[in-house]
Amino acid sequence: MGIDSPLPSQPSARKQEEAPGPGSTIEDVAYWEGLEHTDEFRQLVTARMRFVLPATVFFLVYYFLLPLANGLAPGFMRTAVIGHINIAYLFALSQFVMAWLLAWFYIRKANNVFDRLAAMVRDRAARGRSSQP
Amino acid sequence: MNLTLALFLIVVGITLVITGWAARRTRTTVQFWAAGRGITGWQNGLAIAGDYMSAASFLGIAGLIAFNGYDGFMYSVGWLVAYLTVLFLIAEPMRNTGKYTLADVLSYRMSPIPVRSAAAFSTVAVSASYMMAQMIGAGSLIKILIPTLDSTLKPWFNWTVFGTKLDPSITVVGLLMMVYVIAGGMVATTWVQIVKAVLLMGGAVLLSFLVLLHFGFNLGGFFDAIAGVKDKATGLNFTDPGILYKYGQKQVFGIDLALLDNVSLGMALILGTAGLPHILMRFFTVPNGKAARQSVVWAMGLIGSFYIMTTFLGFGAATLVGKTKICATVTAGCKPNSNLAAPRLAEYLGTQFFGGTGGEFLLAFIAAVAFATILAVVAGLTLAASGAFSHDFYVNVIRTHILHGHVSDREQVTVARITAGLVGLLSIWLAARVGATANAAALVAGVAFVIASAANLPAILFTLFWKRFNTWGAVASLVGGTLVTIWLVAIGPGWTVPVNEHPAFPLQNVGIVSIPIGFALAIIGTYLGELARADRLAEQKFHEIDVRAQTGLGAEPVPAAG
Repeated sequence: MGIDSPLPSQPSARKQEEAPGPGSTIEDVAYWEGLEHTDEFRQLVTARMRFVLPATVFFLVYYFLLPLANGLAPGFMRTAVIGHINIAYLFALSQFVMAWLLAWFYIRKANNVFDRLAAMVRDRAARGRSSQP
Repeated sequence: MNLTLALFLIVVGITLVITGWAARRTRTTVQFWAAGRGITGWQNGLAIAGDYMSAASFLGIAGLIAFNGYDGFMYSVGWLVAYLTVLFLIAEPMRNTGKYTLADVLSYRMSPIPVRSAAAFSTVAVSASYMMAQMIGAGSLIKILIPTLDSTLKPWFNWTVFGTKLDPSITVVGLLMMVYVIAGGMVATTWVQIVKAVLLMGGAVLLSFLVLLHFGFNLGGFFDAIAGVKDKATGLNFTDPGILYKYGQKQVFGIDLALLDNVSLGMALILGTAGLPHILMRFFTVPNGKAARQSVVWAMGLIGSFYIMTTFLGFGAATLVGKTKICATVTAGCKPNSNLAAPRLAEYLGTQFFGGTGGEFLLAFIAAVAFATILAVVAGLTLAASGAFSHDFYVNVIRTHILHGHVSDREQVTVARITAGLVGLLSIWLAARVGATANAAALVAGVAFVIASAANLPAILFTLFWKRFNTWGAVASLVGGTLVTIWLVAIGPGWTVPVNEHPAFPLQNVGIVSIPIGFALAIIGTYLGELARADRLAEQKFHEIDVRAQTGLGAEPVPAAG
């Protein structure tokens, strides 16, 4: 859908405090579906998924490696590296670093990319509504 | 007057002043449930960290490490990594679509009556198990840390309620928590949580610093000392894995039992956090999705630093105090109690660096912090449980959809206060009743995480991200996931005292079985619902929640101050 194509307006724009209930109409559905099909929204979803999916798979694998390694290769995990500090302890500590790093990457991505795209979708929705006669 | 009691009264005094201040800011529903959505990112981060660093993790993990070495640290790791699930998938969509409770998000797409009732059921199940665990722990801790309180109040508690003798310590905790929640709602609960988080971090930093000072800031020397501590049963060093999880001893389904238990625990920790109602509720207190995201990052920084410090506390207690001296009353051959590792370490370090009074003071300080911790966490849980009952069930099911009435803001707040009071009274009674079984506390807290991941998480994730998901699927996971988890725990080992040697279900941590079942129920329920053509609106309404969750369009606004 191009930038200039008209967006279905939201006919039953309900008060924001009102709980969304079974009252939504076919026009409502069309309004949200229209927004869902805009380029901005698609870009937002793609950008987010491109980060979140691999990051989630990565941290799940990295996390479960720790109990698995402790259980399956205890001898290896007990190997001392520096003094009496062993691989098991360092691997556990690295989980903290991993979690903080991933969180930091996410925040950077979200502040720089996701927020901008989300604002564009909201702008578009506002324009769509104001074009209502 | 006894020093511990004095410090304890100061902590209670501070929290009551906060509550008095908050009470004047708690008139409307949005103030009561969501602190007027005026909590900033870092404040909410501190409060989330506070909700999370319960007495179980402060005293519990330090104790586990002090008694079992490395394996105790596994809890800390799981509890931090869990926040990545919250950050990536839950925090922002929750703020963008929700109002006060989990069910608000689900009912965007689903039929409100069944889905709100089911969510209220699972929320109460999670909060009640978590709360009982905290209150049982609170009762036993106060008896040990502030024995004068319990013995002074004892004569007043010589009667029974429905066949259960109330416990003085548990009752004091319960009554204080009711005051916070009923008078101050979310504003008071959040600020009590923040004050407690700061005290707790301060205590942990001080103790870690003193442990390192004792070893002359020589980490190598510290670890040499830890490796010098041996586990009696296995002969392993305290730096090695395998003391708590005895790998290679028993097998089930051809897989090592200890390994399965450990992985199963990890699943519940990693996935359960994202479904805990009292954590989810915190995201409704901030102004927007961006603040929700920032609060998770603040929480991760605090929780991570805190859990790394638990190794200093735990290993410090193991090397400096020693398991045999971690008891309620230290005598030769006394009965060790792992919950006291941090307090006994505080006493030891205080005495070493500041003399006898210093030791007494540090012990009293840590005891008071532990008490504040318990109070703050149970207050948050009460709020979540009463939210599920009064907002979801009473206001939105009974009054709005069954009686088709209009519920005024005033009535909603009144009902919320009454339910908070009832939840408080019920938990005082339940904790006194279940408290009799010794081993229950830790187990019951674990159940809360498993129910949250088997029942709540599939419902939330599929509502946000799966177009075909419908009411049948949501109800199947919320009710089915809860019931399956409770059933598996009930037939597993460890529920009965003494421990059942041949349980019908072999694992203590049931997550590895019940979490996949919860997700499967959500999927099967959805397809059955489609076959029955029960709920065709849910798929159409996906567009709305999809756009709202991703962009924050039309999110609940921040009300004008007043």
